[in-house]
Amino acid sequence: MQIEIRFFASLREALGLSSLSWQTEAGTVGALRDELVARGGVWAEVLARGRAVRASQDQVMASDATPLREGAEVAFFPPVTGG
Amino acid sequence: MSAPEAAASAQRRASVSIRHEDFDLSAEVAALREGIPAVGAVCAFVGTVRDRNEGASVATMELEHYPGMTEKAIEAMMEQAFARFDILGARVVHRVGLLQPQDQIVLVAVSSMHRGESFQACEFLMDYLKTQAPFWKKEVTPEGARWVDARVSDDAALSRWGIASGNA
Repeated sequence: MQIEIRFFASLREALGLSSLSWQTEAGTVGALRDELVARGGVWAEVLARGRAVRASQDQVMASDATPLREGAEVAFFPPVTGG
Repeated sequence: MSAPEAAASAQRRASVSIRHEDFDLSAEVAALREGIPAVGAVCAFVGTVRDRNEGASVATMELEHYPGMTEKAIEAMMEQAFARFDILGARVVHRVGLLQPQDQIVLVAVSSMHRGESFQACEFLMDYLKTQAPFWKKEVTPEGARWVDARVSDDAALSRWGIASGNA
């Protein structure tokens, strides 16, 4: 399915990219992260398991187990630090 | 709930503003109270930019956010505050962009009939915002620019309300 992926803060800077249209076979947000890690290079580094990365789907916080929706807007970002 | 209490809760107001411009505490509190005579208490928290963090001096701070999701996340946390506490109004203002030490960053103001509910709801909203709203701080220090790390203590603060965070 086709989805839109967005990146924020330190992830956006490290990847040099704020958004990406992506064709995925992944069924969940966690599987999507693994799919991106499998691209290797900076992707593997920035999204590596063990690094604190949070995710959202359609602008609601998501977990690894969240099922991906067709046409969704998924975002990956570091832990939030507002306030 | 008595008739006056029911009338007061029907008047409740909630709003969120994410913006570059500064805010005026007096004006924000006045807006929360205006036309709601049942209000007997207002509790307001203002967060400001410190000139130091983690042992380094901070020259400037830049705040990034996720437009759209930020508003949704704060509206959801306000819904929770209205469900948990007997409050009449809530207002959140959060600034983004480039800020200097001593600048105001965030306002959380809550109104209620009695003080206890305002105090609690204000702290609940801040604890929630610190760990669940998509904002990120980047500070400029003499050693260069760095992204601020999330604090485990902020997760602990939210857990007091029975909500697991897992942010940091």
